[in-house]
Amino acid sequence: MLNALGQPQSLLLLGGTSDIALAVAERYAATAPLRVVLAARPGPRRDEAVARLSALGHRVEPLDFEATDTAGHPALVERAAAGGDLDVTVVAFGVLGDEEEAWQDHDAAVRLAEVNYVGPVSVGSALAAQVRRQGHGTIVFLSSVAGERVRRSNFAYGASKAGADGFYLGLGEALREHGGHVLIVRPGFVHTKMTEGRGAAPLAVGADDVAAAVVDAVAARRELVWVPSAMRFVMSGLRHVPRPLFRRLPI
Amino acid sequence: MRTLLTGWGRTAPSAATLVETGDVAGLLRSRPERGVIARGLGRSYGDAAQNAGGTVLAPIPGPTTVDDETGVVTAAAGTSLHDLMGRLLRERRFVPVTPGTRYVTVGGAVAADIHGKNHHRDGSFGHHVLSLDLVTPDGALRTIDPDREPDLFWATVGGMGLTGVITSVRFRAPRIESAYVTVRTERIGGLDALLRTMRAHDDEYHYSVAWVDTLASGRSLGRSVLTRGDHAPAAELSGGAARHPWRGPADPRLAVPVTLRAVNRLGVRAFNELWFRKAPRDAVGLESLATFFHPLDAVEGWNRLYGRGGLVQYQLVVPDDAEAAVAEALRLLAAAGQPSFLAVLKRFGAAGPGMLSFPQPGWTLALDLPAAPGLVPLFRDLDRLTAEAGGRLYLAKDARMSRELFDRTYPRADEFRALRRDLDPDGVLTSDLARRLDL
Ligand SMILES: Cc1cc2nc3c(=O)[nH]c(=O)nc-3n(C[C@H](O)[C@H](O)[C@H](O)COP(=O)(O)OP(=O)(O)OC[C@H]3O[C@@H](n4cnc5c(N)ncnc54)[C@H](O)[C@@H]3O)c2cc1C
Repeated sequence: MLNALGQPQSLLLLGGTSDIALAVAERYAATAPLRVVLAARPGPRRDEAVARLSALGHRVEPLDFEATDTAGHPALVERAAAGGDLDVTVVAFGVLGDEEEAWQDHDAAVRLAEVNYVGPVSVGSALAAQVRRQGHGTIVFLSSVAGERVRRSNFAYGASKAGADGFYLGLGEALREHGGHVLIVRPGFVHTKMTEGRGAAPLAVGADDVAAAVVDAVAARRELVWVPSAMRFVMSGLRHVPRPLFRRLPI
Repeated sequence: MRTLLTGWGRTAPSAATLVETGDVAGLLRSRPERGVIARGLGRSYGDAAQNAGGTVLAPIPGPTTVDDETGVVTAAAGTSLHDLMGRLLRERRFVPVTPGTRYVTVGGAVAADIHGKNHHRDGSFGHHVLSLDLVTPDGALRTIDPDREPDLFWATVGGMGLTGVITSVRFRAPRIESAYVTVRTERIGGLDALLRTMRAHDDEYHYSVAWVDTLASGRSLGRSVLTRGDHAPAAELSGGAARHPWRGPADPRLAVPVTLRAVNRLGVRAFNELWFRKAPRDAVGLESLATFFHPLDAVEGWNRLYGRGGLVQYQLVVPDDAEAAVAEALRLLAAAGQPSFLAVLKRFGAAGPGMLSFPQPGWTLALDLPAAPGLVPLFRDLDRLTAEAGGRLYLAKDARMSRELFDRTYPRADEFRALRRDLDPDGVLTSDLARRLDL
C-alpha cells in the first residue's frame, strides 16, 4: 500500500536497467527500503542494477522481461505480484532509435513501434488487471515531450510516445474508480545512456531530476507532470504553432 | 460495485466492495477474494477500515437495551455513540468512555479500544465491556468475555477488527446527574507548568485535557489551555441548563460543502493565537456534553478543510518519566514549522490487558497535520523519539508507520499474529492496515 505520505512498500520497474527507473528506486531508498521487482533482460547490466539497489537496502527480485514478448506480459505481472501487492510500477522501457532509419528502414520502424507503443499498451493492460484485482496501485508511464507535438526530426519516436501517452491518459481515467492511479511523466531531454552522444536540447535534465518529480507526483497523486516543469509552458506554446511555421522551427 | 474508501484523514484511497448484510457468518464463510474487514463510521484516520480489492462490511445496526437497575447496556456494534448518548440520557446515564467525536460506532470503539478524557480514572472502552458477540472467521458466533476465552477477548479489544466481526457489545453505563459538565479552564504559559499541573492535580477531576499551541516556541513552548471537569449535579445548574438538564447533543449545524484547502500556516498561527487569548486565565463554567467532549462535531466534514491532500494525525504515548520526550516532540514540531491546529495532550492511567491496545500510563500527545511528503523527516524523528522513550503510536490514528516501528513498540505483536494464524489460517479477515503492518 501507499501510506498517507505516499510512500510505497513495493516497486516494480519494467525496464529495470533504465537510468530513470534506477534513479526512482534510489530516491525511495532515501526514506525506506522497499521490495523492488526489477524486470529487465537478464545479463550483466541487470546484475549490476540488482547489486546497486540491494546495497541501498532494497529487497530486490530480478525478473526476466522482454518488451516485445507481449504474450508473456500478463504472466510476468502475475509473477511480480506473487510476492505481494504492486504499489508503484514504473513503465520505463523504450528505444530512441536512429531518427532517419526509424522511418526508412521498415524493420527498424516496426521494432520501434513495438517497443515504444505496443509494449507499453501490453504491459498497461496487464497492470490494469492487477490494479483492479488489488483495489489500489500506481502506474507511472515515462512518456516524453516528443509525444506532445510530433516533430519531423524524430517523428517515429514521437508518434510512438504520443500513442502510448494517450493510452495511459485513458487508463488513468478508467482505473480511477478501481482505486488505481496513473501518472504520466513527460520529460524533455534527459542525460542518460539512451541519449549518450547526442547534443543536449535546451532545458536538459538528469535522470535524478526525473526521479524526484516522479516520487513527488506519486505522493501527491498527480496525473501529469513535465520535467522540468517549465517544459509544460514551452510545449503548450508549441502545440498551437501552425504547421507551416512549425516546420521551419529549428527543433 | 466497487467503492473508493479512505479513513477520516482522506489519504490513501482504495477500492473495495462495500456490503450491508446481517448474515455476517455467511459472508465470512463465503471467503471473498482478498478478505473482509468490518467498518464503523470511518472515523479512524488511516487505513484500518479499508480493504483494497476485497470486501468491507458496513456497520450492523440493531436495537439497544438498557437495564434500568444495573446500567448494563446491550448495543448492536453498528450503533453510533451519538445515538447511544441520546438513548442513555433518557436513562440518566452516559457512555463510560467517549473519544473526541460522537460519530464512532460501538464496534469501532471496542476494536480500537478507545480512550477519552477520563482515561487516567476509568481506563479505556474495553475496560467497561462485560461481553461481546463476535463472529469469528470460521463463521461461528461466539459470546466472549474476560473470563470466557480471555485471549480472544483481549485480542479483540484493540484488535482493529482482525479477530472477527463484533455484532453486539454489553457494557456498563455510569449514572450522571445532568447533561452538563462543570469545567475549569486555565491558560498555562509553558510546558513545564502544564506538565506539573497535570501530574499533580489531574486526579482531582474526572476529565482532563490540554490543548497545546504547537506554533509557540522558545519560552512559550507548550503554552496551552487546560480544561478539566466533572459531571455537573442537577442542583448546581442555572439558566437554560437548569430548565433542560437532560438536553442531548444536537446534530451538526454547519457543514463544509466542498473540499477546499483552508488549513495553512498563516491561518493556523492566527487561529492558535486567537484561541489562546480567548481562553480565560482561570475560570469555572458550565458546558454541555457536546461542547465539552465534541466541539468539532458541530461542523460536519471538517476534515475537508485540509483540501484534497487530506490530513494525518500523529498520536504518541510515552511513559510518565519520559516527559522530556513530550517537550522534544513539541520542539521538533515548532522547528519544522508545520501548521498543526492545537495539539492535544493528556495523561493516561493504567494500561488495560488489550494485546494491541494503545494506552499505557504516561503522556499522550496528538497532532493533526496536513498530509504532505514533507512530513517524512519530522515523523521519522518523532518515531525515533517515541520508540526510544518506550512509547508507541495509536493504530486508529496511524496511516504511515512502518512494520519495524510497530514491531519494536508493540511487544505483543507476534503473540497477536500467532493468535490470528490459529483463528484465521486462510486470512479471511484483513485490511489495508493489516497489509501495511503485516498483522
Ligand atoms: C475527530 C476525532 C476525534 C477522535 N478522538 C479520539 C479520542 O479522543 N480517543 C480515541 O481513542 N480515539 C479517537 N478518535 C479515533 C476514533 O475513536 C477511532 O478511530 C474509532 O475506532 C472510530 O470508530 P468507527 O466506528 O468510525 O470505526 P472505523 O474507523 O470505521 O473502524 C475502526 C476499526 O474498527 C474496526 N471495526 C469497526 N466496526 C467493527 C465491528 N463491528 N467488528 C469488528 N471490528 C470493527 C474496523 O475494522 C477498524 O479496524 C477520534 C477520531 C476523530 C475523527
